[in-house]
Amino acid sequence: MTIRDKVLYLEKVTVSFDGFKALNELSLYVDPGELLCIIGPNGAGKTTMMDVVTGKTRPDSGTAWFGRDIDLLTLSEPQIAQVGIGRKFQKPTVFEQLTVFENLELALAGNRSFLRTLLAGMTASQHKRLDEVLEIIGLTEHRKSPGKILSHGQKQWLEIGMLLMQEPELLLVDEPVAGMTPQEIERTAQLLLSLAGDHSVVVVEHDMEFVRSIARRVTVLHEGRVLAEGDMDHVQNDPRVIEVDLGE
Amino acid sequence: MLLHSRSWIASKITGSPGTAAASDDVRGGAWFLSALAFVVIVVPVLNQGVPPTSPFHLSAYALTLIGKYMCYAMLALAVDLIWGYCGILSLGHAAFFSLGGYAMGMYLMRQIGTRGVYGDPILPDFMVFLNWKSLPWFWYGFNHFLFAVLMMVLVPGALALVFGWFAFRSRVTGVYFSIITQAMSYALMLAFFRNDMGFGGNNGFTDFKEILGFDLHSDRTRVVLLIVTALLLAASYLACRAIVASRAGRVMRAIRDAESRTRFLGYPVESFKLWVFVFSAVIAGIAGALFVPQIGVINPGEFAPINSIEVVIWVAVGGRGTLFGAAIGAVLVNYAKTYFTGALPEVWLYALGALFILVTLFLPKGVIGLLRTRENKK
Repeated sequence: MTIRDKVLYLEKVTVSFDGFKALNELSLYVDPGELLCIIGPNGAGKTTMMDVVTGKTRPDSGTAWFGRDIDLLTLSEPQIAQVGIGRKFQKPTVFEQLTVFENLELALAGNRSFLRTLLAGMTASQHKRLDEVLEIIGLTEHRKSPGKILSHGQKQWLEIGMLLMQEPELLLVDEPVAGMTPQEIERTAQLLLSLAGDHSVVVVEHDMEFVRSIARRVTVLHEGRVLAEGDMDHVQNDPRVIEVDLGE
Repeated sequence: MLLHSRSWIASKITGSPGTAAASDDVRGGAWFLSALAFVVIVVPVLNQGVPPTSPFHLSAYALTLIGKYMCYAMLALAVDLIWGYCGILSLGHAAFFSLGGYAMGMYLMRQIGTRGVYGDPILPDFMVFLNWKSLPWFWYGFNHFLFAVLMMVLVPGALALVFGWFAFRSRVTGVYFSIITQAMSYALMLAFFRNDMGFGGNNGFTDFKEILGFDLHSDRTRVVLLIVTALLLAASYLACRAIVASRAGRVMRAIRDAESRTRFLGYPVESFKLWVFVFSAVIAGIAGALFVPQIGVINPGEFAPINSIEVVIWVAVGGRGTLFGAAIGAVLVNYAKTYFTGALPEVWLYALGALFILVTLFLPKGVIGLLRTRENKK
């Protein structure tokens, strides 16, 4: 495989905060349509890695490419969102005062300038897409409910739905099942699995049970760099991984 | 296709299909516009049609008062648009209001011509008094009404554009933004107090004679000014309403509630804020321009920081984020002010402070919110 086949390609990315290296020459890639799980102890650099990819944090050195020819380090946060990278945050942040429908509408792919949104309507195909996403995330009945009345799990799904509306090539999902009930976790696993294929999905998660249930390829981060890589059984039996407590 | 365009129009009017409050807002707005239509029809009749001896006659004083309330309602709309919907608490809107007022004042000063105390055909009285020999360059063009109208819009808009561009680009938000808008208003007030600024110093402009050739002291002109004010208030309301009902309006509310989340969705948050801030400043400027010919005076006191704070109180009392509620709040509070400053002048400021505290504590959604909850309980 060559670089050009990757959706995301990070090479030797280093980020330091006051001398502390949050990322230490991290190199990482994501294949098209794959579901990659990233695990690692607290402070391993998982969130910082996502921050670099989404433009929130600029690395001190290294490169970050999206597809063949988009240099992520030259783009702003909104631009990165527009080229097709969507991020779901650790804490669910849906717009509480807006309805489920409106939340999804705002996430809809399209021109985001003030004047264009002032005049924007929704085409029939966009309505159809919105209804589909409502179906996928199981919130069809809640389309008119304001975001604030949703349960924690529903908010997480709504946020995943908002990512889907942006039709991103790459989905970054930060701790999707934290604080969920077992039923909700199972739903979420199905949801994420169904998304892989059409999208590349990167999941950062602490819950090992959950990772085991969805992971095809797992990357273990430790102290800002990749410690091990492979399928779940492989990394779990890796002596270096056993040495660092994954917090299982 | 037809279906789509119809739903598009429907969504323009009622807001998003998923909004519960949308129908309430449409109803409230319709009520508000009907009230304005009532003013436009009834006021001329009561003033012009009813003889001065009749108890139903509307005096010139009442005309001025109603006109003033409507200008304030427009200013409240402007503040509600950015504060209620976009979460930007501007404490400097009196500055935009005053700039619009000064632009109108400059036109009215030049209309005085040889009828001033000193009878100079070009120079306004205060310039003759200061021994100025020629008109400063920034007074050129203000003898033309259309030029003056352009300036009423452009000057507040340009100030908001430059000020907002720097503030939003540097991500100055929340209370910090409010403080620098206060500072802006205060700095402008001090500047306009200076005689050598060329805006009449602490006396400002007054003794206006006519507008477009019509005598400003005749009731007939006052009635026309009042009708124009009512129509522009209605137009501003509809424009604000169209903005908040559009997708851009929903982006504004998203910015208000979770700014960084909106940025991550790919919306240029700074640009949204800037557009709305400039539009809001323009409405404030127009309100100020309408205020001056009806009140008959504009001076640097209009820039006073307390004025901008009062506007926020009107909006909070009426109901933040409802538009028509803000306009109603402006009328209610100013009516109370007119009453109290007449009956118990020393009490007014305390009453205003108490009002703000009470509304914040007990009526977080203002008078409109109170009416809504009562209705929902039925």
